[in-house]
Amino acid sequence: MTIPAEPAVRLDSATVRFMSERGAITALEKVSVAIPAGGFVTLLGPSGCGKSTLLRLVADLVPAAEGQVTVLGGTPATARATRQLGFVFQDPTLLPWRSALDNVRLPFEVGPRKGDARGRRTPEELLRLVGLGGREAALPHELSGGMRQRVAIARALVTEPRLLLMDEPFGALDEITRDSLNEELLRIWQETGTTILFVTHSIPEAVFLSQQVLVLATNPGRVRELVDCALPYPRALRIRETTDFMRIAAHLRALLETC
Amino acid sequence: MAVLDRAGTVAAAGARSVGIERRRRPWRDRLPPIVAALGLLAAWQLGAWAFGLPIYIAPTPAQVARTLVAELPILLRNFLPTAVESLIGFLVGNTAAILVAVVFVHSKRLEAAFYPIAVFVNTIPVLAKAPILVLIFGLGMTSKVVIAAFICFFPTLANMVRGLQSVNPQSLELMRVLSASRSEVFWKLRVPSSLPFLFSALKIASTTSVLGAIVGEWIGADLGLGALIIEATHNFRSPLLYATIFVASGWAVVFFAVVSFVERRVVTWKPAEAH
Repeated sequence: MTIPAEPAVRLDSATVRFMSERGAITALEKVSVAIPAGGFVTLLGPSGCGKSTLLRLVADLVPAAEGQVTVLGGTPATARATRQLGFVFQDPTLLPWRSALDNVRLPFEVGPRKGDARGRRTPEELLRLVGLGGREAALPHELSGGMRQRVAIARALVTEPRLLLMDEPFGALDEITRDSLNEELLRIWQETGTTILFVTHSIPEAVFLSQQVLVLATNPGRVRELVDCALPYPRALRIRETTDFMRIAAHLRALLETC
Repeated sequence: MAVLDRAGTVAAAGARSVGIERRRRPWRDRLPPIVAALGLLAAWQLGAWAFGLPIYIAPTPAQVARTLVAELPILLRNFLPTAVESLIGFLVGNTAAILVAVVFVHSKRLEAAFYPIAVFVNTIPVLAKAPILVLIFGLGMTSKVVIAAFICFFPTLANMVRGLQSVNPQSLELMRVLSASRSEVFWKLRVPSSLPFLFSALKIASTTSVLGAIVGEWIGADLGLGALIIEATHNFRSPLLYATIFVASGWAVVFFAVVSFVERRVVTWKPAEAH
């Protein structure tokens, strides 16, 4: 896979601080990284290493105290306002009074650019893409955890974002559901061509999904190493039994132990 | 067989979220309260006979029922103003509470300034508030409407403020990612989130608004169930007193049932706390 010159996300010594009762806490310190357009990069690290903060920085949910953040050639705020970002939270965050279909339609009903936000795929098509054809009218409490997260993914994709940010989207699911959603996510990624920035604390998930794994260290959050996952796509779950996969996983595990 | 059957009923009650189950056996769910009510009425009737209580102290259910039929014109004539007062009071009090809650949610400063005052006014017993309001608004229906509105106001205000603030923080982040405006967040997120809270308050208000109207009529009114209660008590017409109470309670129950019916139609989802 060729990597285009212009990265989708570029961080130049980006620092994020939070104010707490005991003074300022540095969540991310001088992080510099470039996420290639169309790439699948996973953020991996121990709790409190700032991987979610990095995602929120890119999504314009937290500001940078220092340094520069470029998202799709502009500021994070522009990328957000022009609907080029999709965000999937760990919790599906569906509106419980809306049907699956109406939840996917939500991005068309809010925001300054709701009129021209329509992508090539209709909400109905996206629900089919995530395997929920026929469940359009179901309310969130009538769906399983995995199905709810699929709806959230469809909602994030409905505006055809050029960048999809996923904050431990499968962290609360059982392993079997997680495996099948991992495979589906790769399929969706290759079908849509969107850039994906994915947060997880599961090493197998990181290696299985991504082209590159950005390992973060804690206290303060900083880049430890950018690890290539040179495994061919399309990937099937069986790839996890290959020696290449295990070698990369072992390397990541060793890195995490020293983070 | 009876044991099996009982187990089956318990299982059906457990599976209440399944719509079919709920529709199939309504009479089984309703039977116990009906039996209990009939049993209590029978005990009352028998007790009144057994102890030979005079009718002005404790009329029997049969006497009350006879009065209910015989005095129906009087009861209806007095029911109408009470029904109207409680209904208008309900609408006015709850509308005001909802509007004030919306203002409070948008302005922390106004909330800080006026919420304690609302709490203070709420602590004044309705029996103390009512004469003041009758002095201000006169002996007509207006004062009763205002008392009923007052009694509805605070529970709805407190619940609505909580409801509008009950929004899941991550939903707010989602709205921010979608660049939603303040009014979009309000209408698409805060208002629907608040509805389960609002309906809890409206159910309370449906019965207390009737209470408010009746208390208002006690202070001074020519017509109304409250006035009839006073009159029947003073004239030792106990069967009429009981019949009046029956009509007042019946109206409150109908009111409550209508609000519950609307709630089931509107709040079709599981509120967050139910998870």
